[in-house]
Amino acid sequence: MNRPQRKRKEKLFIWTCRIATWTAVAVLFILLFHVMREGIEWLDFQFLDSFPSRKPERAGLKSALWGSVWLIGLTAMISVPLSIGSALYLEEYAPQNRWTRIVEINLANLAGMPSILYGLLGLAVFVRYFGLESSLWSGSLTLSLLVLPVVVIAAKGAIRSVPQSIREGAYALGARRWQVVFHHVLPSALPGIMTGVILALSRAMGESAPLIMVGALSYIAFLPEGPSDPFTALPVQIYNWAARPQDDFHGLAAGGIIVLLVLLLTLNAGAVFIRNKLQRYKS
Amino acid sequence: MNDRLTGKQISLETRDLSISYGDKQVVHQVSLKIPSHQVTAVIGPSGCGKSTLLRTFNRMNDFIPNFSMAGEIIFQGRNIYGSYSDPGTIRQKIGMVFQRPNPFPKSIYKNIIWGPKINGYSGNLQDLAEDALKRAALWDEVKDRLNDSALRLSGGQQQRLCIARAIAMNPEVILMDEPCSALDPSATARIEDLIQELRNNYTIVIVTHNMQQAGRISDETAFLYEGHLVEYGATKKIFTQPEEKRTEDYITGRFG
Repeated sequence: MNRPQRKRKEKLFIWTCRIATWTAVAVLFILLFHVMREGIEWLDFQFLDSFPSRKPERAGLKSALWGSVWLIGLTAMISVPLSIGSALYLEEYAPQNRWTRIVEINLANLAGMPSILYGLLGLAVFVRYFGLESSLWSGSLTLSLLVLPVVVIAAKGAIRSVPQSIREGAYALGARRWQVVFHHVLPSALPGIMTGVILALSRAMGESAPLIMVGALSYIAFLPEGPSDPFTALPVQIYNWAARPQDDFHGLAAGGIIVLLVLLLTLNAGAVFIRNKLQRYKS
Repeated sequence: MNDRLTGKQISLETRDLSISYGDKQVVHQVSLKIPSHQVTAVIGPSGCGKSTLLRTFNRMNDFIPNFSMAGEIIFQGRNIYGSYSDPGTIRQKIGMVFQRPNPFPKSIYKNIIWGPKINGYSGNLQDLAEDALKRAALWDEVKDRLNDSALRLSGGQQQRLCIARAIAMNPEVILMDEPCSALDPSATARIEDLIQELRNNYTIVIVTHNMQQAGRISDETAFLYEGHLVEYGATKKIFTQPEEKRTEDYITGRFG
Protein backbone atom coordinates (compact mmCIF):
# COMPACT_ATOMS: atom_id res chain seq x y z
CA MET A 1 0.00 0.00 0.00
CA ASN A 2 1.39 3.38 -0.89
CA ARG A 3 1.26 6.44 1.27
CA PRO A 4 -1.68 8.42 -0.15
CA GLN A 5 -3.80 5.27 -0.14
CA ARG A 6 -3.03 4.66 3.50
CA LYS A 7 -3.89 8.23 4.32
CA ARG A 8 -7.23 7.89 2.53
CA LYS A 9 -8.04 4.78 4.53
CA GLU A 10 -7.13 6.55 7.73
CA LYS A 11 -9.46 9.41 6.83
CA LEU A 12 -12.25 7.01 5.92
CA PHE A 13 -11.90 5.27 9.25
CA ILE A 14 -11.96 8.50 11.24
CA TRP A 15 -15.07 9.66 9.41
CA THR A 16 -16.85 6.34 9.99
CA CYS A 17 -16.20 6.71 13.71
CA ARG A 18 -17.35 10.33 13.67
CA ILE A 19 -20.58 9.51 11.87
CA ALA A 20 -21.30 6.65 14.25
CA THR A 21 -20.89 8.96 17.24
CA TRP A 22 -22.90 11.77 15.71
CA THR A 23 -25.75 9.45 14.78
CA ALA A 24 -26.19 8.41 18.38
CA VAL A 25 -25.97 11.99 19.62
CA ALA A 26 -28.33 13.22 16.88
CA VAL A 27 -30.98 10.63 17.72
CA LEU A 28 -30.77 11.63 21.36
CA PHE A 29 -31.14 15.29 20.50
CA ILE A 30 -34.08 14.74 18.15
CA LEU A 31 -35.79 12.82 20.93
CA LEU A 32 -35.04 15.51 23.47
CA PHE A 33 -36.17 18.25 21.10
CA HIS A 34 -39.42 16.42 20.43
CA VAL A 35 -40.16 15.88 24.09
CA MET A 36 -39.22 19.45 24.94
CA ARG A 37 -41.43 20.93 22.27
CA GLU A 38 -44.39 18.93 23.41
CA GLY A 39 -43.91 19.07 27.13
CA ILE A 40 -42.33 22.40 27.94
CA GLU A 41 -45.59 24.34 27.95
CA TRP A 42 -46.99 22.05 30.63
CA LEU A 43 -44.04 22.50 32.89
CA ASP A 44 -44.81 24.85 35.72
CA PHE A 45 -45.02 24.76 39.47
CA GLN A 46 -48.64 23.76 39.32
CA PHE A 47 -47.64 20.67 37.29
CA LEU A 48 -45.15 19.62 39.94
CA ASP A 49 -47.47 20.38 42.81
CA SER A 50 -50.78 18.87 41.69
CA PHE A 51 -52.19 15.42 41.91
CA PRO A 52 -53.37 13.65 38.75
CA SER A 53 -56.72 14.80 37.44
CA ARG A 54 -59.18 14.08 34.65
CA LYS A 55 -58.75 17.65 33.54
CA PRO A 56 -55.35 18.04 31.85
CA GLU A 57 -54.95 21.68 32.86
CA ARG A 58 -55.28 20.76 36.52
CA ALA A 59 -53.31 17.51 36.40
CA GLY A 60 -49.84 17.16 37.86
CA LEU A 61 -47.37 14.56 39.00
CA LYS A 62 -46.91 15.42 42.64
CA SER A 63 -47.75 11.91 43.80
CA ALA A 64 -45.67 10.27 41.07
CA LEU A 65 -42.65 12.47 41.73
CA TRP A 66 -42.69 11.82 45.46
CA GLY A 67 -43.48 8.16 44.83
CA SER A 68 -40.34 7.88 42.70
CA VAL A 69 -38.24 9.65 45.30
CA TRP A 70 -39.50 7.31 48.03
CA LEU A 71 -39.00 4.31 45.80
CA ILE A 72 -35.43 5.13 44.83
CA GLY A 73 -34.51 6.07 48.37
CA LEU A 74 -35.82 2.79 49.76
CA THR A 75 -34.32 0.80 46.90
CA ALA A 76 -30.93 2.37 47.53
CA MET A 77 -31.18 1.70 51.25
CA ILE A 78 -32.00 -1.95 50.68
CA SER A 79 -29.81 -2.78 47.72
CA VAL A 80 -26.58 -0.85 48.35
CA PRO A 81 -25.52 -2.51 51.62
CA LEU A 82 -26.65 -5.91 50.37
CA SER A 83 -24.77 -5.69 47.11
CA ILE A 84 -21.57 -4.21 48.53
CA GLY A 85 -21.63 -6.92 51.18
CA SER A 86 -22.11 -9.65 48.57
CA ALA A 87 -19.38 -8.24 46.36
CA LEU A 88 -16.92 -8.00 49.25
CA TYR A 89 -17.71 -11.53 50.30
CA LEU A 90 -17.35 -12.92 46.78
CA GLU A 91 -14.10 -11.07 46.06
CA GLU A 92 -12.32 -11.06 49.41
CA TYR A 93 -13.59 -13.99 51.42
CA ALA A 94 -15.31 -16.68 49.38
CA PRO A 95 -13.20 -19.74 48.56
CA GLN A 96 -12.68 -20.21 44.85
CA ASN A 97 -14.73 -23.34 44.43
CA ARG A 98 -17.53 -24.58 42.25
CA TRP A 99 -20.23 -23.10 44.48
CA THR A 100 -18.75 -19.61 44.17
CA ARG A 101 -18.49 -19.98 40.41
CA ILE A 102 -22.14 -21.01 40.18
CA VAL A 103 -23.14 -17.92 42.15
CA GLU A 104 -21.04 -15.69 39.90
CA ILE A 105 -22.38 -17.14 36.67
CA ASN A 106 -25.94 -16.75 37.88
CA LEU A 107 -25.33 -13.17 38.89
CA ALA A 108 -24.48 -12.43 35.28
CA ASN A 109 -27.62 -14.25 34.17
CA LEU A 110 -29.79 -12.34 36.63
CA ALA A 111 -28.40 -9.02 35.43
CA GLY A 112 -29.71 -9.85 31.98
CA MET A 113 -33.22 -10.88 33.03
CA PRO A 114 -36.17 -8.91 31.65
CA SER A 115 -37.53 -6.61 34.32
CA ILE A 116 -41.10 -7.85 33.99
CA LEU A 117 -39.97 -11.19 35.44
CA TYR A 118 -38.82 -9.35 38.55
CA GLY A 119 -42.28 -7.82 38.63
CA LEU A 120 -43.86 -11.28 38.60
CA LEU A 121 -41.50 -12.43 41.33
CA GLY A 122 -42.29 -9.34 43.39
CA LEU A 123 -46.00 -9.95 42.93
CA ALA A 124 -45.75 -13.56 44.07
CA VAL A 125 -43.28 -13.08 46.91
CA PHE A 126 -43.68 -9.60 48.36
CA VAL A 127 -47.26 -8.67 47.48
CA ARG A 128 -48.88 -12.06 48.04
CA TYR A 129 -46.61 -14.29 50.15
CA PHE A 130 -45.33 -11.63 52.55
CA GLY A 131 -48.65 -9.80 52.35
CA LEU A 132 -47.05 -6.42 51.75
CA GLU A 133 -49.78 -5.56 49.23
CA SER A 134 -49.13 -2.90 46.61
CA SER A 135 -47.03 -0.81 48.93
CA LEU A 136 -43.78 1.09 48.56
CA TRP A 137 -42.18 -1.88 50.33
CA SER A 138 -43.23 -4.24 47.54
CA GLY A 139 -42.13 -1.79 44.87
CA SER A 140 -38.74 -1.03 46.36
CA LEU A 141 -37.99 -4.63 47.30
CA THR A 142 -38.77 -5.66 43.73
CA LEU A 143 -36.57 -2.89 42.33
CA SER A 144 -33.86 -3.90 44.78
CA LEU A 145 -33.88 -7.42 43.36
CA LEU A 146 -33.66 -5.89 39.91
CA VAL A 147 -30.60 -3.75 40.62
CA LEU A 148 -28.86 -6.16 42.97
CA PRO A 149 -27.02 -8.27 40.36
CA VAL A 150 -26.02 -5.18 38.37
CA VAL A 151 -24.56 -3.46 41.42
CA VAL A 152 -22.88 -6.63 42.68
CA ILE A 153 -21.15 -7.13 39.34
CA ALA A 154 -20.04 -3.49 39.17
CA ALA A 155 -18.84 -3.58 42.78
CA LYS A 156 -16.99 -6.85 42.19
CA GLY A 157 -15.19 -5.27 39.26
CA ALA A 158 -14.27 -2.21 41.30
CA ILE A 159 -13.01 -4.33 44.19
CA ARG A 160 -11.02 -6.55 41.88
CA SER A 161 -9.32 -3.55 40.30
CA VAL A 162 -7.84 -2.51 43.65
CA PRO A 163 -4.17 -3.43 43.16
CA GLN A 164 -3.00 -6.50 45.04
CA SER A 165 0.08 -4.54 46.09
CA ILE A 166 -2.06 -2.32 48.32
CA ARG A 167 -3.48 -5.35 50.10
CA GLU A 168 0.02 -6.76 50.52
CA GLY A 169 1.33 -3.47 51.86
CA ALA A 170 -1.42 -3.41 54.46
CA TYR A 171 -0.98 -7.05 55.48
CA ALA A 172 2.76 -6.49 55.81
CA LEU A 173 2.00 -3.95 58.56
CA GLY A 174 0.25 -6.60 60.59
CA ALA A 175 -3.29 -5.70 59.52
CA ARG A 176 -6.18 -8.12 59.92
CA ARG A 177 -8.28 -8.93 56.94
CA TRP A 178 -11.23 -6.76 57.95
CA GLN A 179 -8.85 -3.83 58.45
CA VAL A 180 -7.43 -4.32 54.98
CA VAL A 181 -10.93 -4.54 53.54
CA PHE A 182 -12.44 -1.58 55.37
CA HIS A 183 -9.47 0.77 55.36
CA HIS A 184 -8.03 0.13 51.92
CA VAL A 185 -10.03 -2.09 49.59
CA LEU A 186 -13.41 -0.47 50.15
CA PRO A 187 -12.24 3.18 49.98
CA SER A 188 -10.24 2.47 46.83
CA ALA A 189 -13.14 0.66 45.23
CA LEU A 190 -15.80 3.15 46.35
CA PRO A 191 -15.74 5.45 43.30
CA GLY A 192 -16.25 2.45 41.02
CA ILE A 193 -18.96 1.04 43.26
CA MET A 194 -20.72 4.42 43.31
CA THR A 195 -20.75 4.53 39.53
CA GLY A 196 -22.38 1.11 39.43
CA VAL A 197 -24.92 2.07 42.08
CA ILE A 198 -25.95 5.25 40.30
CA LEU A 199 -26.25 3.57 36.91
CA ALA A 200 -28.36 0.81 38.41
CA LEU A 201 -30.57 3.22 40.36
CA SER A 202 -31.08 5.31 37.24
CA ARG A 203 -32.23 2.21 35.50
CA ALA A 204 -34.57 1.39 38.38
CA MET A 205 -35.96 4.91 38.28
CA GLY A 206 -37.02 4.48 34.67
CA GLU A 207 -38.64 1.08 35.19
CA SER A 208 -42.38 0.83 34.86
CA ALA A 209 -43.10 -2.82 34.05
CA PRO A 210 -42.18 -4.38 37.41
CA LEU A 211 -44.00 -1.61 39.26
CA ILE A 212 -47.16 -2.15 37.29
CA MET A 213 -46.86 -5.87 38.07
CA VAL A 214 -46.69 -5.27 41.81
CA GLY A 215 -49.65 -2.94 41.51
CA ALA A 216 -48.43 0.64 41.44
CA LEU A 217 -51.57 2.70 40.98
CA SER A 218 -51.95 5.27 38.28
CA TYR A 219 -54.37 7.50 40.12
CA ILE A 220 -53.17 8.55 43.54
CA ALA A 221 -54.36 11.80 45.01
CA PHE A 222 -52.28 11.75 48.17
CA LEU A 223 -48.63 11.49 49.17
CA PRO A 224 -47.26 8.31 50.71
CA GLU A 225 -46.56 8.86 54.38
CA GLY A 226 -44.57 5.69 54.94
CA PRO A 227 -43.21 2.65 53.15
CA SER A 228 -46.44 0.74 53.74
CA ASP A 229 -48.55 3.14 51.66
CA PRO A 230 -49.66 2.54 48.11
CA PHE A 231 -47.78 4.55 45.55
CA THR A 232 -47.28 5.52 41.96
CA ALA A 233 -44.08 6.44 40.17
CA LEU A 234 -43.04 8.73 37.34
CA PRO A 235 -42.73 6.11 34.60
CA VAL A 236 -46.09 4.61 35.57
CA GLN A 237 -47.75 8.02 35.47
CA ILE A 238 -46.08 8.86 32.15
CA TYR A 239 -47.20 5.55 30.71
CA ASN A 240 -50.72 6.25 31.82
CA TRP A 241 -50.90 9.70 30.33
CA ALA A 242 -49.32 8.53 27.08
CA ALA A 243 -51.94 5.79 26.78
CA ARG A 244 -54.84 8.27 26.78
CA PRO A 245 -56.32 9.40 23.49
CA GLN A 246 -56.43 13.18 24.21
CA ASP A 247 -53.53 15.27 22.92
CA ASP A 248 -53.29 17.29 26.11
CA PHE A 249 -52.41 14.19 28.07
CA HIS A 250 -49.60 13.44 25.62
CA GLY A 251 -48.27 16.87 26.47
CA LEU A 252 -48.46 15.96 30.14
CA ALA A 253 -46.58 12.73 29.41
CA ALA A 254 -43.83 14.71 27.67
CA GLY A 255 -43.69 17.05 30.66
CA GLY A 256 -43.35 14.03 32.94
CA ILE A 257 -40.48 12.73 30.81
CA ILE A 258 -38.66 16.03 31.20
CA VAL A 259 -39.07 15.87 34.98
CA LEU A 260 -37.79 12.29 34.99
CA LEU A 261 -34.80 13.25 32.86
CA VAL A 262 -33.94 16.17 35.12
CA LEU A 263 -34.15 13.88 38.12
CA LEU A 264 -31.85 11.32 36.46
CA LEU A 265 -29.35 13.97 35.44
CA THR A 266 -29.30 15.35 38.97
CA LEU A 267 -28.66 11.87 40.30
CA ASN A 268 -25.80 11.34 37.85
CA ALA A 269 -24.30 14.74 38.52
CA GLY A 270 -24.39 13.99 42.22
CA ALA A 271 -22.59 10.73 41.57
CA VAL A 272 -19.86 12.40 39.55
CA PHE A 273 -19.43 14.99 42.29
CA ILE A 274 -19.13 12.37 45.02
CA ARG A 275 -16.75 10.31 42.90
CA ASN A 276 -14.44 13.27 42.33
CA LYS A 277 -14.43 14.03 46.03
CA LEU A 278 -13.53 10.45 46.84
CA GLN A 279 -10.78 10.39 44.26
CA ARG A 280 -8.88 13.23 45.85
CA TYR A 281 -5.87 11.11 46.68
CA LYS A 282 -5.54 9.32 43.38
CA SER A 283 -2.87 11.43 41.77
CA MET B 1 30.79 -22.48 57.64
CA ASN B 2 28.54 -21.33 60.45
CA ASP B 3 31.50 -20.84 62.78
CA ARG B 4 31.83 -17.24 61.79
CA LEU B 5 28.41 -16.55 63.26
CA THR B 6 29.14 -17.93 66.72
CA GLY B 7 28.91 -15.24 69.32
CA LYS B 8 26.72 -13.14 67.08
CA GLN B 9 23.11 -12.63 67.91
CA ILE B 10 20.87 -14.46 65.48
CA SER B 11 17.65 -12.78 64.44
CA LEU B 12 16.09 -15.30 62.11
CA GLU B 13 16.97 -18.89 61.54
CA THR B 14 15.60 -21.37 59.05
CA ARG B 15 15.96 -25.08 59.72
CA ASP B 16 15.59 -27.48 56.81
CA LEU B 17 13.10 -25.15 55.20
CA SER B 18 11.39 -26.56 52.11
CA ILE B 19 8.67 -24.75 50.22
CA SER B 20 6.33 -26.02 47.52
CA TYR B 21 3.63 -24.53 45.36
CA GLY B 22 1.36 -27.46 44.67
CA ASP B 23 3.57 -30.25 43.37
CA LYS B 24 6.42 -27.94 42.50
CA GLN B 25 9.09 -27.66 45.15
CA VAL B 26 10.78 -24.27 44.90
CA VAL B 27 12.97 -24.21 48.01
CA HIS B 28 14.94 -27.27 49.16
CA GLN B 29 15.97 -27.74 52.78
CA VAL B 30 17.49 -24.37 53.36
CA SER B 31 19.19 -23.88 56.75
CA LEU B 32 20.35 -20.35 57.31
CA LYS B 33 21.13 -18.09 60.26
CA ILE B 34 20.58 -14.38 59.81
CA PRO B 35 22.57 -12.25 62.24
CA SER B 36 21.01 -9.26 63.99
CA HIS B 37 21.75 -5.71 62.93
CA GLN B 38 23.43 -6.70 59.72
CA VAL B 39 22.46 -6.65 56.10
CA THR B 40 22.02 -10.09 54.64
CA ALA B 41 21.63 -10.32 50.89
CA VAL B 42 19.99 -13.22 49.12
CA ILE B 43 21.16 -13.46 45.53
CA GLY B 44 20.56 -15.85 42.68
CA PRO B 45 19.17 -16.03 39.16
CA SER B 46 15.47 -15.32 38.60
CA GLY B 47 13.22 -18.15 39.65
CA CYS B 48 15.71 -19.54 42.18
CA GLY B 49 13.23 -19.12 45.03
CA LYS B 50 14.80 -16.11 46.72
CA SER B 51 11.60 -14.05 46.85
CA THR B 52 9.65 -17.08 48.01
CA LEU B 53 12.16 -17.62 50.78
CA LEU B 54 11.97 -13.99 51.84
CA ARG B 55 8.19 -13.99 51.90
CA THR B 56 8.04 -16.95 54.26
CA PHE B 57 9.86 -14.86 56.88
CA ASN B 58 6.75 -12.79 57.53
CA ARG B 59 4.24 -15.34 56.26
CA MET B 60 3.29 -13.38 53.18
CA ASN B 61 3.01 -16.64 51.29
CA ASP B 62 0.01 -17.63 53.40
CA PHE B 63 -2.21 -15.99 50.79
CA ILE B 64 -1.08 -18.29 48.01
CA PRO B 65 -3.65 -21.09 47.90
CA ASN B 66 -1.41 -24.09 47.17
CA PHE B 67 1.56 -22.99 49.26
CA SER B 68 3.01 -25.58 51.59
CA MET B 69 6.18 -25.84 53.60
CA ALA B 70 8.24 -28.08 55.84
CA GLY B 71 10.90 -27.21 58.36
CA GLU B 72 11.03 -24.33 60.79
CA ILE B 73 11.74 -20.64 60.88
CA ILE B 74 12.83 -19.51 64.32
CA PHE B 75 12.25 -15.91 65.31
CA GLN B 76 12.70 -14.78 68.91
CA GLY B 77 12.97 -18.37 70.01
CA ARG B 78 9.75 -19.54 68.41
CA ASN B 79 8.75 -21.14 65.15
CA ILE B 80 6.82 -18.52 63.22
CA TYR B 81 4.85 -21.29 61.53
CA GLY B 82 4.12 -22.93 64.87
CA SER B 83 0.53 -23.59 65.78
CA TYR B 84 0.37 -20.75 68.30
CA SER B 85 1.97 -18.09 66.17
CA ASP B 86 -0.13 -15.39 64.62
CA PRO B 87 0.76 -13.91 61.20
CA GLY B 88 -0.47 -10.43 62.15
CA THR B 89 1.79 -10.28 65.20
CA ILE B 90 4.75 -11.60 63.25
CA ARG B 91 4.30 -8.99 60.55
CA GLN B 92 4.31 -6.25 63.15
CA LYS B 93 7.84 -7.30 64.09
CA ILE B 94 9.05 -8.31 60.64
CA GLY B 95 8.27 -5.54 58.19
CA MET B 96 8.50 -5.70 54.43
CA VAL B 97 9.36 -3.44 51.52
CA PHE B 98 8.21 -4.62 48.13
CA GLN B 99 9.62 -4.72 44.63
CA ARG B 100 7.44 -1.88 43.42
CA PRO B 101 6.71 1.01 45.73
CA ASN B 102 3.17 0.47 46.99
CA PRO B 103 2.14 3.46 49.08
CA PHE B 104 -1.54 3.60 50.01
CA PRO B 105 -3.60 6.09 47.97
CA LYS B 106 -3.78 8.35 51.01
CA SER B 107 -1.78 11.25 52.36
CA ILE B 108 1.91 10.86 53.21
CA TYR B 109 1.09 11.25 56.88
CA LYS B 110 -1.66 8.64 56.84
CA ASN B 111 0.63 6.20 55.06
CA ILE B 112 3.02 6.31 57.99
CA ILE B 113 0.60 6.23 60.88
CA TRP B 114 -1.87 3.67 59.58
CA GLY B 115 0.12 0.64 60.70
CA PRO B 116 0.85 1.86 64.23
CA LYS B 117 -2.72 3.12 64.56
CA ILE B 118 -4.45 -0.16 63.74
CA ASN B 119 -2.06 -1.98 66.03
CA GLY B 120 -2.98 0.19 68.98
CA TYR B 121 -0.01 2.57 69.18
CA SER B 122 -0.65 4.89 72.11
CA GLY B 123 2.11 7.48 71.71
CA ASN B 124 2.08 10.71 69.76
CA LEU B 125 1.43 9.86 66.13
CA GLN B 126 2.84 13.11 64.78
CA ASP B 127 6.18 12.56 66.50
CA LEU B 128 6.17 8.99 65.30
CA ALA B 129 5.61 10.06 61.70
CA GLU B 130 8.36 12.66 61.90
CA ASP B 131 10.78 10.18 63.40
CA ALA B 132 10.02 7.49 60.82
CA LEU B 133 10.36 9.95 57.93
CA LYS B 134 13.66 11.22 59.30
CA ARG B 135 15.02 7.72 59.65
CA ALA B 136 13.97 7.02 56.07
CA ALA B 137 15.75 10.19 54.91
CA LEU B 138 12.54 11.60 53.51
CA TRP B 139 11.59 14.19 56.11
CA ASP B 140 13.26 17.19 54.48
CA GLU B 141 11.56 16.53 51.18
CA VAL B 142 8.04 16.10 52.51
CA LYS B 143 7.81 17.98 55.81
CA ASP B 144 5.81 20.80 54.23
CA ARG B 145 3.31 18.58 52.46
CA LEU B 146 2.47 15.73 54.80
CA ASN B 147 -1.16 15.93 53.75
CA ASP B 148 -0.45 15.58 50.04
CA SER B 149 -1.23 12.32 48.30
CA ALA B 150 1.62 9.83 48.58
CA LEU B 151 1.06 9.00 44.93
CA ARG B 152 2.38 12.42 43.92
CA LEU B 153 5.85 11.51 45.15
CA SER B 154 8.50 10.24 42.75
CA GLY B 155 9.19 6.50 42.58
CA GLY B 156 12.27 6.75 44.77
CA GLN B 157 10.45 8.91 47.31
CA GLN B 158 7.56 6.47 47.32
CA GLN B 159 9.92 3.61 48.09
CA ARG B 160 11.50 5.58 50.94
CA LEU B 161 7.99 6.29 52.17
CA CYS B 162 7.33 2.55 52.18
CA ILE B 163 10.51 2.07 54.19
CA ALA B 164 9.36 4.79 56.60
CA ARG B 165 6.01 3.04 56.84
CA ALA B 166 7.79 -0.17 57.83
CA ILE B 167 10.05 1.68 60.30
CA ALA B 168 7.08 3.33 62.00
CA MET B 169 6.04 -0.11 63.25
CA ASN B 170 9.37 -0.31 65.07
CA PRO B 171 10.08 -3.75 63.67
CA GLU B 172 13.02 -5.91 64.51
CA VAL B 173 13.58 -7.12 60.96
CA ILE B 174 12.93 -5.40 57.63
CA LEU B 175 12.62 -7.63 54.59
CA MET B 176 13.30 -6.03 51.24
CA ASP B 177 12.23 -7.75 48.05
CA GLU B 178 14.34 -6.20 45.26
CA PRO B 179 13.50 -2.73 46.55
CA CYS B 180 15.41 -0.89 43.82
CA SER B 181 14.38 -2.85 40.77
CA ALA B 182 11.80 -0.24 39.72
CA LEU B 183 14.03 2.76 40.46
CA ASP B 184 16.56 4.79 38.50
CA PRO B 185 20.28 4.77 39.48
CA SER B 186 20.20 7.92 41.62
CA ALA B 187 17.11 6.80 43.54
CA THR B 188 18.78 3.40 43.94
CA ALA B 189 21.88 5.04 45.40
CA ARG B 190 19.81 6.89 47.97
CA ILE B 191 18.05 3.70 49.05
CA GLU B 192 21.40 1.93 49.32
CA ASP B 193 22.75 4.70 51.54
CA LEU B 194 19.63 4.45 53.61
CA ILE B 195 20.05 0.70 54.07
CA GLN B 196 23.53 1.35 55.42
CA GLU B 197 22.00 3.67 58.01
CA LEU B 198 19.20 1.32 58.94
CA ARG B 199 21.60 -1.49 59.73
CA ASN B 200 22.32 0.18 63.08
CA ASN B 201 18.78 -0.34 64.31
CA TYR B 202 17.30 -3.15 62.29
CA THR B 203 18.14 -6.51 60.86
CA ILE B 204 17.83 -6.30 57.11
CA VAL B 205 17.32 -9.12 54.67
CA ILE B 206 17.42 -7.99 51.07
CA VAL B 207 16.70 -10.00 47.97
CA THR B 208 18.41 -8.64 44.91
CA HIS B 209 19.17 -9.76 41.41
CA ASN B 210 21.87 -7.11 41.28
CA MET B 211 25.16 -8.64 42.42
CA GLN B 212 27.00 -5.33 42.55
CA GLN B 213 24.32 -4.09 44.89
CA ALA B 214 24.69 -7.11 47.14
CA GLY B 215 28.46 -6.55 47.13
CA ARG B 216 28.09 -2.88 48.00
CA ILE B 217 25.60 -3.02 50.82
CA SER B 218 25.54 -6.42 52.50
CA ASP B 219 27.55 -8.02 55.28
CA GLU B 220 26.42 -11.56 54.57
CA THR B 221 25.45 -13.07 51.27
CA ALA B 222 23.46 -16.21 50.56
CA PHE B 223 23.56 -17.62 47.06
CA LEU B 224 20.49 -19.55 46.10
CA TYR B 225 20.34 -21.66 42.99
CA GLU B 226 17.30 -23.66 41.89
CA GLY B 227 15.97 -23.60 45.40
CA HIS B 228 19.16 -24.86 47.02
CA LEU B 229 21.34 -22.79 49.28
CA VAL B 230 24.63 -23.17 47.45
CA GLU B 231 26.77 -20.95 49.58
CA TYR B 232 26.36 -18.63 52.51
CA GLY B 233 29.06 -16.50 54.03
CA ALA B 234 30.57 -13.10 54.57
CA THR B 235 29.93 -10.98 51.51
CA LYS B 236 33.61 -10.19 51.06
CA LYS B 237 34.49 -13.82 51.01
CA ILE B 238 31.67 -14.83 48.69
CA PHE B 239 32.71 -12.21 46.19
CA THR B 240 36.46 -12.79 46.37
CA GLN B 241 37.02 -16.43 47.26
CA PRO B 242 33.81 -18.39 46.80
CA GLU B 243 34.06 -22.02 47.82
CA GLU B 244 31.63 -23.36 45.28
CA LYS B 245 32.17 -23.42 41.55
CA ARG B 246 28.57 -22.39 40.86
CA THR B 247 28.85 -19.36 43.11
CA GLU B 248 31.97 -18.27 41.29
CA ASP B 249 30.31 -18.77 37.91
CA TYR B 250 27.32 -16.69 38.96
CA ILE B 251 29.36 -13.95 40.58
CA THR B 252 31.59 -13.62 37.56
CA GLY B 253 28.58 -13.45 35.31
CA ARG B 254 29.02 -16.73 33.52
CA PHE B 255 25.30 -17.33 33.94
CA GLY B 256 22.43 -15.47 35.53
